[in-house]
Amino acid sequence: MENLLEVRNLKKYFPIKKGIFSKTVNYVKAVDGVSFSVKQGQTLGLVGESGCGKSTTGRTILRLYEPTSGNIYMEGQDIVPLGKKDMRKKRRDMQMIFQDPYASLNPRLTAGQIIGRVIDVHKIASGKEKEDLIYHLLDVVGLNAQYYNRYPNEFSGGQRQRIGIARALASNPKLIICDEPVSALDVSIQAQIINLLQDIQSKYNLTYIFISHNLAVEKHISDNIAVMYLGKIVEFASKDDLFANPMHPYTIALLSAIPEPDPKKNSARVKLEGDVPSPINIPIGCRFAQRCPQKKAICEEKEPELIDTGKGHFVACHFGR
Amino acid sequence: MNALLEVNDLKTYFYTADGIIPAVDGVSFKIDRGETLGIVGESGSGKSVTARSIMRLVPNPPGKIINGSILFKGENILTKKEKQMRMIRGNKIAMIFQDPMTSLNPLFTVGNQIVEAIIIHQHVSKREAIERAVEMLKLVGIPSPEKRIKDYPHQMSGGMRQRVMIAMALCCQPDLLIADEPTTALDVTIQAQILELISDIKEKFNMSVMMITHDLGVVANIADRIIVMYAGKMMEYGDVEDIFANPLHPYTKGLMESIPRISSNEKRLKSIQGTLPDLTQDFKGCRFAPRCSCAKDICHNEEPPLVQNGSRIVRCFQYLSGGDEKYGKSS
Repeated sequence: MENLLEVRNLKKYFPIKKGIFSKTVNYVKAVDGVSFSVKQGQTLGLVGESGCGKSTTGRTILRLYEPTSGNIYMEGQDIVPLGKKDMRKKRRDMQMIFQDPYASLNPRLTAGQIIGRVIDVHKIASGKEKEDLIYHLLDVVGLNAQYYNRYPNEFSGGQRQRIGIARALASNPKLIICDEPVSALDVSIQAQIINLLQDIQSKYNLTYIFISHNLAVEKHISDNIAVMYLGKIVEFASKDDLFANPMHPYTIALLSAIPEPDPKKNSARVKLEGDVPSPINIPIGCRFAQRCPQKKAICEEKEPELIDTGKGHFVACHFGR
Repeated sequence: MNALLEVNDLKTYFYTADGIIPAVDGVSFKIDRGETLGIVGESGSGKSVTARSIMRLVPNPPGKIINGSILFKGENILTKKEKQMRMIRGNKIAMIFQDPMTSLNPLFTVGNQIVEAIIIHQHVSKREAIERAVEMLKLVGIPSPEKRIKDYPHQMSGGMRQRVMIAMALCCQPDLLIADEPTTALDVTIQAQILELISDIKEKFNMSVMMITHDLGVVANIADRIIVMYAGKMMEYGDVEDIFANPLHPYTKGLMESIPRISSNEKRLKSIQGTLPDLTQDFKGCRFAPRCSCAKDICHNEEPPLVQNGSRIVRCFQYLSGGDEKYGKSS
């Protein structure tokens, strides 16, 4: 299988400006050298806590944020140097589903118009053809045809997210970046949306980058998972490998911090002290060292690289097996 | 022994332009000393309104407690005057809220806000109050509390702010702590820290805790007993281990099956079809019936009563003795 998307050493720094002349005094290093690839039809999960750079990575891939450096290859073509016009054309293949279904739909447009916008922008269809396509998309995401003329405020959270999915599907994309698509939903609705995403993936052979803070959801939907911490990938492995044999101390802590919905499994937790450090003053050495229960002297001096430990299980730790 | 808190047939309705919303519709339970009660439900289930009713913090209008009694140490809170209520609120019953970003006042230092609560309820000098505030911050695990007490909320992280909220809630050593989704806005590793902190201080002060959450993982870890709520009604009530081992109500079952678990390898999630019913319309029958896979005719026409089933209480016709005929044998 071929790589649909390949990201090489992607960086996104946001400048911090101060003073009358808006002099750049420092940078927020939101994404600091991230590389990965996704095969056609597969799902890559990006997991991490708030501020780890997972959403910024997603947005930078679509060039909603301009990358500071690095390359993004979509079907072998580097999209970073593309001009505005060409990039817009490219976005036909690359769509996004957002976290907050309340903020990501224009309240003044009906569901039909929201989906129609994408069709207009990419000049996919017009007139009757366009209308049929919209009805078809509504049907695909499990919405009644009568919802065509309704406004977002008449929909529940789950239904809004379905409109968001229909909008992403409208341009018949190859890649969809799902940025926490179920975190704002109730559990019973969350399961409906996850099932829908899996159905349309197999139907249209879609490739997903699935961004989430919830490891259980990632385990359910992803093929490979990248765990991020403070702008870097600390561990990358196939789903089965990662859960059976987590190597990075951060992944281990993250896994043990999840409360299992089973009162008998009140397992021993790996306690993490403190908070994530600020992405402005990134510590020298390993970024996780301050909170790491297995910290040694070398961790505060040298930054570990992401190394293959065999079978495509990558880990960035001096002591990862 | 008398229960610390006893809620009987509580009904809190909201009178809005669109009609009457029965947000909490006949909820009864009790909390013993040292017990942790978990209230689970999705948005719109009435779990937060239940908590706010106990604190008498339901905005009126549009909300109104129209029925029931809330006995705290044997006294009915609902008949108390606002002035008396103020002596209980924050003193005997304390509450922590979901969003630590908005529940602290950004214009005052955190120390200032804790000290205010101590002075109002404990009638001590400012100096003593500051000492106690530092002590509380230390207790909830804030490093160098003497310094952090002069910080403003924006100088702290989400986890830190939630710790400050807990310190504030604990400074008067309440008998009951109501925690309304205290960890929902936090990351998992921080959530684990905060849950542990709540369990620790509960032991230390022999406090009772009412934990409101939508996360079944959280209640499984922290609660002794749980209530499952749906659309303003109690659907199931019992010991946490019993309910997780053997959920009785179809809604509880559906909820448990629809969460993706780390420990399972299911290819496809079971989901509950449909969405919450519109309660402003005249509603007949079981509130879960439109989404229930085992609903029979009677479920759409009659409201099922709460049925005692061993140590459990469940609102479903399936478990009504002699209800088999009425319900029709399940095939």
